Formats: sequence, C-alpha cells, structure tokens
Amino acid sequence: MKSRRQFIKISSLSAAGLVFGGGLLETFADNLLKTNQSYFKGPYDFSRTPTYCEVCFWKCAGWVHKDENGRIKKIIGNDDDPNCNGRFCPRGTGGVGMYTDEDRLKTPLLRIEKNGEQTYREASWDEAFDFIASKMNQIKQEHGAECTALFTHGSGGKYFGKLLKGFGSNNIAAPSYAQCRGPREVAFLATFGQGINSPENTDIRDTKCLVLIGSHLGENMHNGQVQEMSDAIDKGTTIITVDPRFSTVAGKSKHWLPIKPSTDIALLLSWMNVIINEDLFDKKYVEKYTFGFDQLKAYVQPFTPEWAYGITTIKPQQIRETAREMANAAPATIVHPGRHVTWYGDDTQRLRAVAILNALLGSWGRRGGFYKPEKAFVPHFHLPDFPKPNKNWRDAMSGKYKLADLALASGVCDASIPSPEMSCAIKGWIVNGTNLINTLPDQKKTIAAIQALDLLVVVDTMPMEITGYADVVLPECTYLERYDSLRISQGREPSIALRMPAVDPLYNTKPAFWMARELAKKLDLLQYFPFETIEEEIDWELKQVGSSLEEMQRIGVKRLEREVDDLYFGEDEDVEFNTNTGKIELYSTALEEEGFDPMPVFTQHPEPSEGFYRLIYGRAPMHTFSRTANNPNLTDLMDENSVWVNPKVAKEWDLTNDQYVYLENQDGVISDFKIKVRITERIRWDSVYMVHGFGHTDKRMKRAFGKGISDTQLITNVMIDPVMGGTGMRGNFVTFRFDNKKTEV
Amino acid sequence: MRYAMAIDTKKCVGCSDCVVACQTENDVPIGYCRDWVVEITNGTYPQLETELRSERCNHCENSPCVRCCPTGASHYSEGGIVMVTKNECIGCSACITSCPYDARFVHPEGYVDKCTFCLHRVKKGMKPACVAVCPTKCMYFGDLDDPRSEVSEVLKKRKYKTLIPEAGTKPQLYFLI
Repeated sequence: MKSRRQFIKISSLSAAGLVFGGGLLETFADNLLKTNQSYFKGPYDFSRTPTYCEVCFWKCAGWVHKDENGRIKKIIGNDDDPNCNGRFCPRGTGGVGMYTDEDRLKTPLLRIEKNGEQTYREASWDEAFDFIASKMNQIKQEHGAECTALFTHGSGGKYFGKLLKGFGSNNIAAPSYAQCRGPREVAFLATFGQGINSPENTDIRDTKCLVLIGSHLGENMHNGQVQEMSDAIDKGTTIITVDPRFSTVAGKSKHWLPIKPSTDIALLLSWMNVIINEDLFDKKYVEKYTFGFDQLKAYVQPFTPEWAYGITTIKPQQIRETAREMANAAPATIVHPGRHVTWYGDDTQRLRAVAILNALLGSWGRRGGFYKPEKAFVPHFHLPDFPKPNKNWRDAMSGKYKLADLALASGVCDASIPSPEMSCAIKGWIVNGTNLINTLPDQKKTIAAIQALDLLVVVDTMPMEITGYADVVLPECTYLERYDSLRISQGREPSIALRMPAVDPLYNTKPAFWMARELAKKLDLLQYFPFETIEEEIDWELKQVGSSLEEMQRIGVKRLEREVDDLYFGEDEDVEFNTNTGKIELYSTALEEEGFDPMPVFTQHPEPSEGFYRLIYGRAPMHTFSRTANNPNLTDLMDENSVWVNPKVAKEWDLTNDQYVYLENQDGVISDFKIKVRITERIRWDSVYMVHGFGHTDKRMKRAFGKGISDTQLITNVMIDPVMGGTGMRGNFVTFRFDNKKTEV
Repeated sequence: MRYAMAIDTKKCVGCSDCVVACQTENDVPIGYCRDWVVEITNGTYPQLETELRSERCNHCENSPCVRCCPTGASHYSEGGIVMVTKNECIGCSACITSCPYDARFVHPEGYVDKCTFCLHRVKKGMKPACVAVCPTKCMYFGDLDDPRSEVSEVLKKRKYKTLIPEAGTKPQLYFLI
C-alpha cells in the first residue's frame, strides 16, 4: 500500500511551482497586522534588547545588539545572569544565524494531493488553523480528546501545552526525558527524594573532586557548568573522568579511566566496595541520613576492584586510588549524574549507583557536592480547571514505567501505533521545536507511528525532517523575533529572565503564543488564554513578584531572594527526605515495591561481534543536536561530523584520514550518506564515535543536507529501561562499508 | 605599552566561541576567520595528552609582515598591535607568505585582514571580543609593561611557551602550559 503520508521533499515542492515569500504572503501579513496589532508592539528603539537563548535548554540570558541599520549585530551574555555570567557559548554567540538562515520556514504549508502526488501548498494562517481545528474536533468526536499529543523541546511548547490541556489531553512529552535525562531524575528521586533538574545543582564551583562518567563537559557546552569546571581547574580540583573516549575533559583530568563501554555499574560497585571496606565513607552522615547501609555493605562485598578489573579493564590499583581520592575530598566531591544518560537500558540503576556513591561520600546537601537549589515562584494567572482526560499515554503502557515522573516521548510515540491491546491510540500530534525523526531512536517505528496519525502539525523555525511528514507546517519566528514566557531557573539564587523581540519577524512567521491562542479561538478554548497578548501576561506575572515588563526590558535578568537561606545542610541539621523512609535510600524501597532491584545490579551487555564497533555518540560544543545543523554561523565552525576510529582499527580496514565511508549497523541498516574518517588515538579500539545531529535528509536545509551521517538512523537496537521507559541507545554496533549497496541475502 | 595575550591551554575546551564572537564583533564574513582553534594529541591509547589552543595573529614585535609590506599598510599601532590599513593595502599577499603563523587572509573585498586584538574595543577600555566571551575564561589580555595587568600577573605565575620562537619574530601570544 502506498503510504498515506509521503515524505515531501523540496523537489516536489518546486514541481508544484511554489515560490516562497511572494506577494500572497504580504497580504496575509497585512491582514494579521490589522487583526492583531499589539503583538508587533515593542520598544524597538532600545539600543540593546534582552533575550534568553533558545539554541539550547540552558537558556542563558543575554543582550541583542543592533547596528545603526537596525540589523542584529551580535548577542552578548548578560552579566547578571547566573546561568552564563555574561559569557555566551558559541551557539549563543552564533544564535543570530537562527534568524538570518535563509532556509527558514517562511509561511504556513498545507499538505495537498496534486495529480496523485503529495505536495505542500502555501496557506493562510486562517486556513491552516481551520484545518487543524476541524481535524482536532474530528479526533475528539471519533476517538476522544485524549487521543491528541504534544511533543515539545522549546519555549513555545508551553502555549501548545495549555491548548492541549484545555482541549482534554495531557499527553505532553519532551524527548529530553526518556531519551535523555529521565533515568537520573528517577534514580535521584528514589535515593534522595529529589531530582537533579536543570541547571544541575552540582556545586562544581566549590568542589575538590569532580567525577565524570561518560559526561563530556566542555563538549556539551552547558554553559554555567563548563564555566565552573574551568574555575575548578584553576583551583587545582581533581577531575576523574571515566570514558572509553579520551574526551576533551579527559585531557584535563588527573585520572582518566578508559573503561570498556557498558561496564560502568561494575566500576561504581567496586568504588562502593573500597569506600565501605576501607572505612572511607562519611559515617556520621550515613548514620544520620541514610537507610539500608547494612544491606548495601553486605551486598557490595563481592565487588572487589579485582572483580571489576576483569569486567571494566580498569586496574584494581587505579580503582582504589581514585576511590581514596574521592573520599579524601569528601564531602566536596561530586560524582556527576551526567545529563544524557539513556545508554544501556539499566540506566536508572547505574544512576542509582551514582546517587548511592554520593550519599556514602556525604556530598548531597554539602558544599562542593550538591547544593539545595531554589526556583523562583512566579504565580500564573488563575485559569479555569482543565477537563480531566479520560485516559493518557500511560494507559497504553499496561502498567509499565510507573516510576517515570514525566511523560515519555517514546511512550507517546508507541501509543500512536495501533495495536489490538489498546482501546485508543493517539491520533493527532503537535510537534514543536523537536525533530522527532532524529530525536527518537528507531526511525522506522517513529515513521510507522506517524503513518497511523490523522493529524500531524509541526511548529518549527526550520524545515527539519519532521516537517516533511506534517499535514500542516506552522512557521514559528525565531527567539530573536518574539516574546516568550519568562525563564524561571533554579540555581543557587533563583532568577527570572525576559525574552523580547529584537526585530520584527521575518517572512510570514509567528510566535507560538499567538498561534496557540488563534487555535484556541477556533476550538472555543479562549478561556485558557485570558490575555490577548503575551506582553500583558508577562507583565501581570512580573507584577506579582514586584517587577514589571518595563523593568525587565531594561535589566533582562532579575535575581530574587532565596526563601531558604542555606545552600547546604546545617551542622547536624535534621533533614526529612521525600522518600518512603524519610531517609536517603541506599536500599530503595520504592524500586523494591515496583518489583525492581533495590540495589543496583551489574548486568553484562552484548559486545560487538568481529568487524563491528560500538557506536558511541556525543556532542560538539558548537552545535545543539540537529537544531543548529543549518545555522550559517555554526556550520562555519563545523559543517559535518566525522567518525573517530582508533589507528589499530584503521589499519585493519586500510582506512585513511578524511576518507569517506558508509556505516552499516548490526541490523543491516546502512547510513544514508558517507562520513569522514578521523583516525585518532582518542577512541578505544572496540568503539567508534561521532557527534549527534548530522546527516540531514531534507534538501530544504541546504547547508545541512547530506553532511555527515545520523547516528539515530543507526540506532535500531533500543534497550528500554524497565524502571522508567528510557530508551538506551548505546547497544548498537557498526561496521565500515565502502558502498551503500544492500547485501544480497 | 606592550599589548599581549595569554591563553591557558589547560582550561580551553576548544569550543570555538572565540571564533564566532570575533566574526560577529568584527563583521568577518562567514567562511573566513581571524582566530581559530588547534587540537594536538600526543601518545597512544590510553597514555594520551591533548592540547587545545585558540590561535590568532601573534602581534610580533619583529613582524615579518610589517617589514615586507610594500605600501606600509601593515604597521605597528598602539601597544605594538599589528594593524592593516585597508585602503593602503593592495592585496599583494606578501605578508600572508611571510607570516609563520598563517594568521592573515585576503578579505573578499580585496584587502588583507587579520586579528586586531580588537583595538577598537581596547581603546574604550574593553577586552577583545574573544577574551570577553570565552566561557572558560582561558584568555588574558593586557599591557605587559604594566606589572599588575592580568596578562603580566598570569605570566609570572605560570609556565608558558610561544609558537615557533625560532622564527625570531618575538610573538606576543603566550600559551600557558
């Protein structure tokens, strides 16, 4: 059967003779100006306007400076912002490229069928909204309102979320959970009764020993954290890095433990073994605050460094030495929880081991360990209650992943694939600012889910792959052209930051607030959008905390008073933890109740067969996943990824530097494009490494198309975390191919 | 007055923020750069060392580019900063060939371009754009003749090296090691 939803490429678009930015657009823009003038209002005579960055989730606050012609000249960090301290990372500095990118989405598009071929045609906003509203109502009548879902990884998601909740669905998921940091949140919740959240509450500023396990700070430019790490290097902090790759930070570490991939839990257990058996743990802290020490002590006895050596390839002496070094610096030691931690499907348990280690060292709630973060409380305008959805994605999971504290993007995706066990599949998606094709592992499954939908609305600034599957494409203006909800960050000091437009939106693009509200009008949900403009809403909120839109336009960032004075636990302070026992649970009663191991268990994971190498992926400091892949300023710094190959492996395959090869994975999937070989000692011989976010297949992104390869395409073996549904993605193996012809079977 | 820059290779993570900040500050066209990042790895797995450093014009005290410039477009400015006067430059590229650091390029508009230590900012008491933006604060800038300047202080405390000292150009870019 011909697929109902063909992926529409630019070729079919040009065949239909569409020209973007034609006179038709101006008419639409004019109409909008008339109907919604206040949205464009903004004091553009400011010499600099405040914003917070949207190129990644760190959301650093800064200033947009314009030249004498009113064009954006540069974006500079705001000195008062605790997330960036006046210094943007390369992506923030190059953020102007998000605005100037000529390949941006420019006007709403509707999927049509013409001469038997599917294509897009330009549509007016009104047409687009009418179409969406009628489809949503149809889904509501036929399947129920709860059969709609939102995927979001951007500031605008908040407004579509409100729309969806008002409509009657709470299937709101971000791939930053089940595809990224979910396991660490569940693990720390299970241990300390509190998650890590973002920005992380790691007290790197004052730490004496920083342990990074597969976390490559500096390559992931989590700005404030990288800054603190750099200060820590200045102060002579000991850094211990565990990584099969000689990462940037490994090069700055006193100890680099070149671990065999997938064996981290064994190392963590042996560290516990040493710290307990050599009496190096914080006895007072463990006795006062923790539950289950005796069980843990008995449990870790077999896990000696000698045992771990055979598994991890890390020498026993090095395991002991690093354990002692951690204990010497404790409590100012951070065993860092990492961020992207969905690796092998036992990730919650690995992160539990990390949490337990921190508890033994007494670093949670202590200076140089983990501080108590505070988030500003900014009241929202009281809205009428949202209707209670009859069901949500969890009902499709037959009771699994109960410990997941947020919705699983992969779960919502799964719940969209019709299956006999499900009474109702999800039939409509709104996708905002996340390229699900490259974000969710197992592309085939994602596409299968999309094919079963009745409605796919994509809201984005760029023609990412996901837009090619949409029924309706809504072009969002970039963060430099719009207001958004306030940034309310957690940190040592709670802070709020304002984003306001520096310039008018280019083309026929609009902010999410406006889109969601216009849709709300069509769906009769205006009661959830009481403010006509976002400025009014922000101003109302700011006035509740003693500020105003006018003040924030001048200062950009405001630090608020902490409600609780101390960043750390007091001497002998009684602390009640939000766990079943009220203690830090070394032995997890919550996991046990759900039928999981109460203490982390090491399991052996499959290894690559001969001629195959484990696919490890990561970040480059100048890119944010695929979001920046077409940004002119940032592609200038890095325009393709390369595959890192150990010289021994290169010799076996007769590879040379800068040669282009295809990769094929264990399931016979061959990469769409070729990738450049980088022969380097910095990677183990049993693995290869590449930066995530490349290999775009959509020709509408001219700079990104066909550059490098997509790791996601090769991640077809997904190891699901039974605790919270995280999608482990490091169990894939690749081999080199010099052509892309399918092997005859 | 002697302007100089020190770059801490121990802190640099090679993120290239200095490159993009320079491009936006100085309107350097996309595809060109006045500064860049070098990564050098030595050793064999797992005995490895990586050095990362942000490089640019060394503003040499004994600059071959200034000496060889036929029109005088390349010259020493305040504090020894090597500058190119756009409208005196004929784009002959002699300076590009003479520079041991490959720090110069022909701007698409026909003249030779390179790092200016952001003299326009320095004159206003600001730091060069790369120094101001660096998230790791790995760059130090100032007057070597002032013993209390940031750059003098850090060079007193730390071991450092210069690049290609054997070229005899007396470079004013110091790399902390």
